[in-house]
Amino acid sequence: MLKIKQVSKTFYLGTPNEHQALKNIDLTINTGDFVTVIGGNGAGKSTLLNLIAGVLLPDGGQIMLDDQDVTWMPEHKRAALLGRVFQDPMRGTAGDMGIDENLALAARRGKRRGLGWGIAKSEREQYREILGKLDLGLEGRLGAKVKLLSGGQRQALTLMMATLKEPRMLLLDEHTAALDPKTGARVLALTEELISRQQLTTMMITHNMRDAIKYGNRLLMLHEGRIILDIQGEDKRRLHVEDLLHMFEKASGSQLANDRMLLS
Amino acid sequence: MFWIIQSAVSLGILWGIMSLGVYITFRVLNFADLTVDGSFTLGGAVSAVLAARGVNPLLAVLIAMVGGMMAGLTTGLLNTKLRIPGLLASILTQIALYSINLRVMGSPNIPLLRVPTIFTWLGDIGFPTRWISMGVGLVFMAGVIALMYWFFGTEIGSAIRATGDNPHMIRALGVHTDTTIILGLVMGNALVALSGGLIAQQQGYGDIGMGTGAIVIGLAAIIIGEVLFTQRNFMFRLMAVIFGSIVYRIVITLVLRFGLKSTDLKLFTAVLVALALYLPVMRSEYRQFKQRRRKINA
Ligand SMILES: Nc1ncnc2c1ncn2[C@@H]1O[C@H](COP(=O)(O)OP(=O)(O)O)[C@@H](O)[C@H]1O
Ligand SMILES: [Mg+2]
Repeated sequence: MLKIKQVSKTFYLGTPNEHQALKNIDLTINTGDFVTVIGGNGAGKSTLLNLIAGVLLPDGGQIMLDDQDVTWMPEHKRAALLGRVFQDPMRGTAGDMGIDENLALAARRGKRRGLGWGIAKSEREQYREILGKLDLGLEGRLGAKVKLLSGGQRQALTLMMATLKEPRMLLLDEHTAALDPKTGARVLALTEELISRQQLTTMMITHNMRDAIKYGNRLLMLHEGRIILDIQGEDKRRLHVEDLLHMFEKASGSQLANDRMLLS
Repeated sequence: MFWIIQSAVSLGILWGIMSLGVYITFRVLNFADLTVDGSFTLGGAVSAVLAARGVNPLLAVLIAMVGGMMAGLTTGLLNTKLRIPGLLASILTQIALYSINLRVMGSPNIPLLRVPTIFTWLGDIGFPTRWISMGVGLVFMAGVIALMYWFFGTEIGSAIRATGDNPHMIRALGVHTDTTIILGLVMGNALVALSGGLIAQQQGYGDIGMGTGAIVIGLAAIIIGEVLFTQRNFMFRLMAVIFGSIVYRIVITLVLRFGLKSTDLKLFTAVLVALALYLPVMRSEYRQFKQRRRKINA
């Protein structure tokens, strides 16, 4: 499904601030995998997702999606294959446009846009139904501007948008980090439901070790631009937070001094 | 007095078409596009030169629009391909257009004496003289608003709106934002040049300085429209721009009659726009102030 070969990413190349955020990453993800990704601040998690999505281009190496070489493919072309949700709830939706209009934009991901209606009448009915299942009270507010929604509602909507047209792969970058714990848990539950219903291949970055263990069938830990842990199957199911901390110390040779990860 | 206001309304409508162009770049695309001063003059220049040479005046105005499109395209390419910030990219185009406009015109002023224009046409077929400007303005305005209303409801139009709203999001949904930015600038400046082309024929001359400050006048119309006619529906928001433009013209006409020197007009407009831009901020500050006082009193 996803094959990353010898991919590195250096920021500010050739300047005194030169900084290698990812170092020779090799990673293969199989169809149907739900991979959680953890790591301290600046470990390179977002950079990895941005390379897959084409927001950033790598120094070299190769990225294959579905046997298609996408290493240098621009972001808007790759979008046909990918659904994405970001940490910032503002980033995934157009605030001055209606809920229905946002969904209609998402329904056309990867399609050629022409002079047909931006949103057809029949679509509205379909969206009302989809939102009804969400149980967030949005189905009655189809025309409401998205900027009027709460952060949690916006993230739930962004999730719906990312999966409305089934993506080959779903990329989630700490998409519950900006929400309060209760809302975050609801959005995570919705995430899990959507992923299992559509059998989506998923990469989910999280700052919460418990969530990383609880969800998915495979866990990656990044540290200073390298994948230092890769746990799957039975090993992952038996994993505890304490094990993770131990493994981290052994693999990285340092203490995990990240309050955000420990406390949550 | 009636005829003075009536002629202000007519001018407001003709200039309102320019404001609709500014609305596309400034409000829809969220792009501060200063190309406008140049593309308005370019529209006037092309329209005047062609009409003076005996080209069909309607065709002259359409060719003026093409000129505006090229101006918008230039700013768009500077911004998206050369990665020059929008404000700067559009200033570069505006400055370049000053030279280009002089080349198009050959002299700083092209009089249209005894030259057939869209406006003289209507007079020839017996349209009441004093209503010609308004008639032409209304026809073009209706066409432009109908086209805009339709276009921004299409898939491409929605993608342009989303680009102005949240470029990250719409890129993640597969839209090449370079293309949508360029498209918006091309369309906006086409309308600006159309307005310039009409104004040149209406006033009977094209002038190198006719577009100076056009962007500020466009902003004034948009903001006055938004402040006086708060509307949610897109159709009414477009009409509010025209109303804003009309109100602006009436205000200008009145202050000139009350003795403002015409050379002070640009200063007056700048102050007006600054105040109008401050108004939403002032409102929210006032609301906060009231709330605080209520708390203190309680
Ligand atoms: N666009 C960028 N420009 C420069 N440096 C960046 C950029 N994005 C990330 N970095 C740097 O790369 C490193 C990894 O960042 P990131 O992938 O965002 O970390 P994480 O998501 O794991 O917290 C950090 O040191 C960060 O400062
Ligand atoms: Mg990150």
